[in-house]
Amino acid sequence: MSAASAEHHDHDDHHGPAPGLTRWLYTTNHKDIGTLYLLFSLLMFFIGGGMALIIRAELFQPGLQLVDPLFFNSMTTMHALVMIFGVVMPAFVGLANWMIPMMIGAPDMALPRLNNWSFWIMPFAFTLLLSTLFMEGGGPAGGWTLYAPLSLQGGDSFAFVIFSIHFMGISSVMGSINIVATIFNMRAPGMTLMKMPLFVWTWLITAFLLIAVMPVLAGAVTMLLTDRFFDTSFFSAAGGGDPVMYQHIFWFFGHPEVYILILPAFGIVSSIIPTFARKPLFGYASMVYATASIAFLSFIVWAHHMFTVGMPLAGEMFFMFATMMISVPTGVKVFNWIATMWRGSMTFETPMLFAVGFLVMFTIGGLSGLMLAITPADIQYHDTYFVVAHFHYVLVPGAIYSIMAATYYWLPKWTGNMYDEKWGKIHFWVSTIFLNVLFFPMHFVGLAGMPRRIPDYSMQFADWNAVATIGAFGFGFSQLIFVYVVFKCMKGGEKATDEVWEGADGLEWTVPSPAPYHTFETPPPIR
Amino acid sequence: MSSATDYYIPHEAKWPIVGSIALFLFFLGFASMLNGGNWIVMAVGAALLVFMMVRWFGDVIRESESGTYSPQVDVSFRMAMMWFIFSEVMFFGAFFGALFYARTFSLPWLSGFGEGGAAATNAVLWSGYDAVWPTNGPGELGGEYMAMGWFGLPLINTAILLLSGVTVTIAHHAIKEDNHKKMVRWLGATCALGFLFVFLQAVEYWEAYSHLNLKMGTGIYGSTFFMLTGFHGFHVTMGAVILLFVMLRGTKKHFSSTNHFAFEAAAWYWHFVDVVWLGLFIFVYIL
Repeated sequence: MSAASAEHHDHDDHHGPAPGLTRWLYTTNHKDIGTLYLLFSLLMFFIGGGMALIIRAELFQPGLQLVDPLFFNSMTTMHALVMIFGVVMPAFVGLANWMIPMMIGAPDMALPRLNNWSFWIMPFAFTLLLSTLFMEGGGPAGGWTLYAPLSLQGGDSFAFVIFSIHFMGISSVMGSINIVATIFNMRAPGMTLMKMPLFVWTWLITAFLLIAVMPVLAGAVTMLLTDRFFDTSFFSAAGGGDPVMYQHIFWFFGHPEVYILILPAFGIVSSIIPTFARKPLFGYASMVYATASIAFLSFIVWAHHMFTVGMPLAGEMFFMFATMMISVPTGVKVFNWIATMWRGSMTFETPMLFAVGFLVMFTIGGLSGLMLAITPADIQYHDTYFVVAHFHYVLVPGAIYSIMAATYYWLPKWTGNMYDEKWGKIHFWVSTIFLNVLFFPMHFVGLAGMPRRIPDYSMQFADWNAVATIGAFGFGFSQLIFVYVVFKCMKGGEKATDEVWEGADGLEWTVPSPAPYHTFETPPPIR
Repeated sequence: MSSATDYYIPHEAKWPIVGSIALFLFFLGFASMLNGGNWIVMAVGAALLVFMMVRWFGDVIRESESGTYSPQVDVSFRMAMMWFIFSEVMFFGAFFGALFYARTFSLPWLSGFGEGGAAATNAVLWSGYDAVWPTNGPGELGGEYMAMGWFGLPLINTAILLLSGVTVTIAHHAIKEDNHKKMVRWLGATCALGFLFVFLQAVEYWEAYSHLNLKMGTGIYGSTFFMLTGFHGFHVTMGAVILLFVMLRGTKKHFSSTNHFAFEAAAWYWHFVDVVWLGLFIFVYIL
């Protein structure tokens, strides 16, 4: 193999993109695939957001007025599935595709054809999933966690949902294998592991988590499928199984999944804050070790999702303390970001606004998480809107804000044009105000005992629910500003320099803007 | 890390989109079939998937044989295969986890052992139930049955798989010495042992269904037994088919002592199904 490779090192017949639609269908280019992932994610963001608005519209007043309860339940279920598997994960994979090869000085991803397949599964998987809304008996309505035995009692949609999850899992595992192979095998000479940007590090660890837990989810939903259609009794006590066993297996996937949704966000924020503080990241090595610690701990905390299900006391104690331990490496990260900003000459362009917004509001979500980790307290909070407030604070101003920050940060590098700074800032402030109007009252109604996933509620929760709904519509429609800014930037605007940001550091800022179709034909020198 | 001048980017690929359509049709057809539809869409999807794999792997083999790939690509392939096998390990982990959970937690609880309400649950709901493995649960789902012993076919199958691990290693040493004939011969033996294993497993299933009344519906024992051995059997079949294609490529002298990634990938996969079987033999059959 090696003998012949010398005269074959450049195989692309052409150096630009292919013309027409086939460019996107057949592409093996990491930038094209990254763009596809990001646009797919944006589309799904509005589909999942529309579902959220249906939920909030129904909850504007007590009583049932707009949708029937079954449809409401399928909205909460589908909103979660779409936002997790269709928005946050594809957006992070899209960013990984665009940025990792550029950040490590690689020509492309390690397995470009597999990369194409990883993306082109997604539209088909979501067609399968979303089609269930139009089926006999409606879409899945038992919650995105698909707990047995409730999920086994759904209509025709059940098998389609299970297979769509298998389908997405195939995509995630292939995509993650590709990312791991890229990071281990494609780094330019001199790019040692501890010189990699943190976005690359956090994605390496995320990819490991994905390869480890997506097959477990596949196994869990396969058992659901056989319980319903092939007579098995994994989750039926009459046969010697246990419905709680489903929850254990599901959350063995589900808790690392939570970190899959946030670790790349940590990497993004660790890239942006040093740029706009004009200081190198404080405590790089500790950031790497903290990320690895969080990943390790994520495997031994899953049952904190199940404190009220009836576990032995020793189990409750173990999972409580293990969960609280996560706040140590997470605290390391938060303090490192603050220390990076300390005495920096800071400016607040849109990416930095979103990064600082992430830091403040993600920390609110982290602290409410600490409250939920306390077993005796969780027995009060479990399945209330307090939990909804908690995970929306870590996912919306956490994961989603980091994706917005990353988009504004790297958009000039992708398009060659500067985005509209004024409208970017407006987007941030309008989003942030409405987001807190939307989610903060959920803490109050949750602590007062309002249960989640119910289309009706008692009178005393009416005021704060009305407020939250106003916030929801404000937040939802303010995302149109984001679409406007992104597409305006794609069409034109002030030309961006190669470095784009004054304090930016990293290989991606050494190449022209927009980045050429093939970034590195030969390995770049690494300092 | 990569060395200086060996970057390689493949051509555009039309097979991935075909694969997506194939999987879509397969899943759509399978789900429709479970809801009472026919199997035609599923079969079309499966056929298209096989067609896609033949053509995609065909392209890759052609490129490999024309010397297109650099050593860096070889390393990427190896890493991908290793991580793929890791994901398969985790997939089996879910089912082994179910087995251990049922045996360690849910069955003793159903029998009234453990803190909290276990004793009351047992007294009120499943009075008199005392779990002894194997069990079809307090509801005695599936009715009277007999467990599958480890002596006999399972023991023979263990010997077959262990032996196949030896034969594939001999074949590996042969290709390292550039001895194609010897490699093909020993790979042929490995494939034969693999397919013999699958055949005997089918005989065992027939035995279970027709003589032992042991079915997928035989409570948690039948569930875990058929789920674990079934997925394992499927993986052995896949592994044997992969080895068969590697052998056919061997007859065309595709490999050399320095270039035989496909062989090694197939061998790793084979050792993986081998190890899973040992776990099965101990935890499903013996214990």
